[in-house]
Parts: sequence; structure tokens; C-alpha cells
Amino acid sequence: MDINEYISSGILELYVYGSLTDEESREVTRILNQFPEVRTEVEEIEATLKDLSATLAPGNAENLIHAIKRKLGNNSKTIVMETRKTNNLPMYIGWAASVLFLMGLFFMFNKNQELRGELQALQGEKAQMESQIADARSDADKTKELLSVIRDKNIIKVPLAGQAVAPDAYATAYWDKTSNTTYIDVKDLPEPPRGMVYQVWSLKLEPLTPTSIGILDKYDEDENKIFALENTNPSEAFGITLEPAGGSKSPTMEQLYTLGVVSS
Amino acid sequence: MQQDKLIEELQSGNEKAFSRIYELYSQSTYGIIFGIIKDAAVSEEVLQDVFIKIWNNASSYNPEKGRFFTWVLNIARNASIDKIRSKDFKNKKLNLKSDIFVDILESKSNFFGSIDAIGLQKYIDILGPTCRKLIDLLFFQGFTQKETSEELQMPLGTVKTKNRVCIDKLRAKVL
Repeated sequence: MDINEYISSGILELYVYGSLTDEESREVTRILNQFPEVRTEVEEIEATLKDLSATLAPGNAENLIHAIKRKLGNNSKTIVMETRKTNNLPMYIGWAASVLFLMGLFFMFNKNQELRGELQALQGEKAQMESQIADARSDADKTKELLSVIRDKNIIKVPLAGQAVAPDAYATAYWDKTSNTTYIDVKDLPEPPRGMVYQVWSLKLEPLTPTSIGILDKYDEDENKIFALENTNPSEAFGITLEPAGGSKSPTMEQLYTLGVVSS
Repeated sequence: MQQDKLIEELQSGNEKAFSRIYELYSQSTYGIIFGIIKDAAVSEEVLQDVFIKIWNNASSYNPEKGRFFTWVLNIARNASIDKIRSKDFKNKKLNLKSDIFVDILESKSNFFGSIDAIGLQKYIDILGPTCRKLIDLLFFQGFTQKETSEELQMPLGTVKTKNRVCIDKLRAKVL
């Protein structure tokens, strides 16, 4: 092979341009490695083209090396991290928002339960207060009624003094003849033992005739301990005895707690 | 031999080797890119991309297939052609009938005299219109011998020999 002819064929220029096929290029490389004069020729062609293209450059490329090196150092890694960051940020915000939202919901739910509880308690208290007010009203009504009874000029007050069984006991009978009602105030009687009740008697003295006018079986329930009993008898005295629950037909005189005579 | 070692070092990820390669090839690469794109700012951007590619893909260079310069030239041409075909560059059309050297000499980018106008004028003077066209197509545009022969309606063999004459002219003056 004539090397000079090969060189002057123009294939080496095409080799440097990169316009040969892969196979042709490999062939030129082999020859270039074999023949130093071919290598020199190729290097000269390359230098010429480098010089030509450098003349076309619109400025000095030197200053760009720093910008490029910065990108090299960061390029692959930083870009990946940055994309990940920008991708994840909305996700984190989303998660944070939903966590906050859930916390908010939970807080609201708790608050709601709390308020419901408070409301129920308040409603209970209100009902209690209402019933207390009703009680107080009815108590007041009763007291008014009692006061009017006591103040009534037509009413006869009969103090019932303590007897042998209970010397400290004391009771009062208010006898309204016009309405045939006798009010018995037993506030100063001791509480009756279990299974026993007080029984109120109207007495005629000559001869001694007791007539039951009532059993105080609701003793526990009445605050004022004042009981209204119907009394149509021409009473001369009133007595209170302690009797077994349900009362007796005739008074047990041994258990006579109080006794008082109607003053004429 | 020194060049071969430098390229081996580049391929093993040596940043100093990269700096040296940049010194040796950046200016001509810049010129190749600008020869195709003809816009200084865009060329600067593409030049950066090209050298990042050189760094990242250095291991794919195979000396058996050709010169390192040719490998760089291919990357630069492909990146530039991709750029002018991209959407954001469609207003600038590549005019194959125009004369690259005269174009550049008269281009807007030379308004502030940043281009080596004297050097460029020297090339325009040395090369006739045919040589300028041959070098534009084969060197800058990366045309094959066959494509060039079709484009210039010149026999295939003539492309090769005529181009050889053009390069010889340059070598006589430049080197």
C-alpha cells in the first residue's frame, strides 16, 4: 500500500470530520497506529480544524469552566435530590395538613362530647332546681294555709302536754269547728319507733269516751309535722297515743304521749 | 502518547484531566457550536452541556473508532443540531444555502466585535466559496460524503479530493 497515495486520497480529512462509517474509521485507526506519517498527517488536519473552529467562537470559553465544574460537582446528585425535594414537599404538606385536620377533628369531637356532658349536667341541675322551686312553692302554700288556720279567730288552740311515757313531748291541736277540721302539730313529739304510729284521739270526759280521728301514718313524709284531720266530734280533750302500725280501736293508755283539754 | 494518557485519566474521572481537556478543546468546540447555532448566548449554554456530557460519558469514547477530537465534534454537532430543532429555537432556521463564514462575520453577535473578525476574514480570503461550502457541510453540519455530493451536486470522489485540497490550503496558511 502506497502511504502517500493513501494520505492524499482525502480519507484522513473525512476520518477527522467523522463522516466515515464505523468500519472505515476502525480501518484508518489501524493504519494510523501502524504508520507514524499517517498519524502526523491526521494530527495536522485536526490542528487545522481546531484552529479554524476556534476562530469562529463568539468569545472566550475559558471563563465558563467554573460554571461547568459547579454543575459537574452537583450535577447528578444534587439534581436528583432537588427533584426529590420538590416532589416531596407537597406530599409532606399534605400529610401535615391531614394530621392537623385529624387532630382538629379529634379536638372538636372531644370538645363536643365535653359540652354535651356539661349540657346534660346543667339540664339535670335545672330540673332539680325546678323541682326544688316547685317544692318550695308548695311548702310556702302549705305554710300560708297553716298560718291562715292559726290566725283564724274561730280556731281553738289546744296545747297537748307530755304525759308519763314522754314528759318532754309536746303537741298542739288547732280545732276549726266551722270546717270540722283539727290540725295536729306534732313537731315536738319524738319520732315513732319502727312499726309504730301515732294515733290521735278525740275524748269526751264524762264519761271518758275516746274516738279515733286519725292515724299519723305519713309522719315521715311531712316536713311541718302538721296534719289535718277531720273531726266531727264534740271534743272535750285530745290525746295522742303510740299504737302498732295500722292503729287500734281503743287507745293504749300506757302509751299516752300527750293530752290536752279543750278550754271552754 | 501524552494525549492518550490524558484521555485515560479523564475516563477514570480525574478532574484535573478534565480541566486540561477543556483548555485544549473548549475554544474550538465553542466555534463549532456557534457555527451551527449562530447565537452566542445559546452557544454558551450548549457548550456547557457538551462538556458535562464529555465528563459524564468519557468512558464511552473508544480510540479505535476515531480521534478524541472527532468524538467531541460529534457531541457538539448533535447537541447543537438538537438545539436548533427544539421548540424554543424554531424561529432560527438553518439555511444550508448560506455561507457560514460570511454569515458569522456579518452576524449580530459580531456587533460588539467579540468575534475574531480578522482571523475569520483570513479564512474567507483563503477559501473559495466551494471550499467554504464543503467545510460547512462536512465539518460543521456533519454531512456524509454521499450527502455532501448530493447537496452540492458534485461527484462522490470529487467531494473527497476537493475537500483535501481545501484543507491543504488552510494548512499552508495557518500552520
